[in-house]
Amino acid sequence: MEVLQILISGVSQGCVYGLIAMGFVLIYKATEMVNFAQGELMMLGAYLAYTFINVLGMSYIPGFIATVISMAIIGVVIERGVLRPMIGEPPFAVLMITIGLGFILRAVAGAIWGTETKTLSNPFTGSVARISDLSVGYENLAIIVGTLTLCVTFYLFFRFTRLGIAMQAASQNQLAAYYVGIPVKRIYSLVWALSASLAAVAGVLVAPVSLLEPVMGFIGIKAFCAAIVGGFGSLPGAILGGLIVGVAEQFANLYLPPGIAATTAYVMLLVMLLVRPQGLFASIQQKKV
Amino acid sequence: MAGSLIVKNIETYYGPIMAIRGVSLEVRAGQIVTLLGANGAGKTTVLKTISGAMEPQKGSVDLDGEPIVNLDPDVIARRGIAHVPEGREVFPFLSVEENLLMGAYSRKDKGVRNDLHAVYDYFPVLLEKRAQAAGFLSGGQQQMLAIGRALMLAPRIMLLDEPSLGLSPKYVAEIASIITRLNQERGITVLLVEQNVKVALDISEYGYVMENGRIVMEDTTERLKQATDIQEFYLGMKDEGVRGGRRWKQRKTWR
Repeated sequence: MEVLQILISGVSQGCVYGLIAMGFVLIYKATEMVNFAQGELMMLGAYLAYTFINVLGMSYIPGFIATVISMAIIGVVIERGVLRPMIGEPPFAVLMITIGLGFILRAVAGAIWGTETKTLSNPFTGSVARISDLSVGYENLAIIVGTLTLCVTFYLFFRFTRLGIAMQAASQNQLAAYYVGIPVKRIYSLVWALSASLAAVAGVLVAPVSLLEPVMGFIGIKAFCAAIVGGFGSLPGAILGGLIVGVAEQFANLYLPPGIAATTAYVMLLVMLLVRPQGLFASIQQKKV
Repeated sequence: MAGSLIVKNIETYYGPIMAIRGVSLEVRAGQIVTLLGANGAGKTTVLKTISGAMEPQKGSVDLDGEPIVNLDPDVIARRGIAHVPEGREVFPFLSVEENLLMGAYSRKDKGVRNDLHAVYDYFPVLLEKRAQAAGFLSGGQQQMLAIGRALMLAPRIMLLDEPSLGLSPKYVAEIASIITRLNQERGITVLLVEQNVKVALDISEYGYVMENGRIVMEDTTERLKQATDIQEFYLGMKDEGVRGGRRWKQRKTWR
């Protein structure tokens, strides 16, 4: 029973990793750059939700929606303003830009909201669902259900909508996408919007479990490990990688000496890179020379 | 449906290297025009400059009298120039039909379904494999898919870059006949870059020959076929003298 209990909290933690990892993968697949500010976007999303709900007094669901929409806009602004001028620059320069962006977002959040921790009011805290002997917090259930819903939505979007297929096309062959008249630059902006709103969802869902603070975005590094474990470039892989890392972490927390658990994600990353560098779902195409 | 293309004096660079040194050419509406030349002569760069994938430092490109130079490639595609790049650039993980529908991404008109059926008429093998991932098609089938996808754009002009590269003779003949049919039945203007000079000269009306980033010769294909340079360099015909050797005076090079 204890094992099951830990499994559930691991899954809910893993879902958060998975959501952020999906943001990494989306941007990587479409634009071939890694956005190291993904965790900071999540942090920003959580703080925006705090502003809408706690400061402006909106109720939970409208506040949630407002957060997702404003993060989508912020995603587009970042792509237009910061990343688009970098087209054609070496990948390393782009990577440094996103790391710098992370620093700036952390500093800005600290300046606006202060560095002391905050709590997002939400309808879940305190209520616990009892399923026979198991007790599951509603905030954890919300994370799991939210992630599942998003996964199904994303699957349907990429499989059946014209825009979703065009996003796949642009990521599979950018030049050919241009040649058939797909507005690739606009697609990139939309991918950033999508990825930032994913981060927002992750931020709002994780806020009841962890506290709000400007450094909460560091969770993005673990999510990055999860994305690699799952196979960088695969959306199902990102979720699965997140789940594996999350569950392993919870078990390490319980059974291994204190302090070891914090290293789980990185140990798994190293092991995965040694054993199966392409990740669980190897979907990255070999680059044509 | 018009589709005339006037390229004036374009100069295009790869970094510091000048790949196109002032090329001018004209494709009249409804024509098939071919661009010949050895590897590295700059033929592909000319096509990329026309379709907007590369920006020229100098010169102009006009489609039906409107300047299109320095526009984004997707904008140029929507203006009616379909570029079929070298090496069958399909979307490998999308199905054949999704590939074709992506070709019509920018179109809002009702003709898309009709055009899809038209493509399946031209290339029945694509209908057979419509649900398969494009990456699993054979080389020739991928080339057909690339041409079919360009057709879905309902273009005024098609730029074809080495459509017969690496294909078996059967596919080469089939693709050549399809290009002729597209030109005659749908009135699509074609600018064709081809290594297979014989086929290219057979299906087109007019030809340009490039060397080192310049046009060195242009004429109707009838007359190009008669030109001794073309015969020697591209068609492999040699006029051997009585003694079996060639006089040094005849040996010339454009380099």
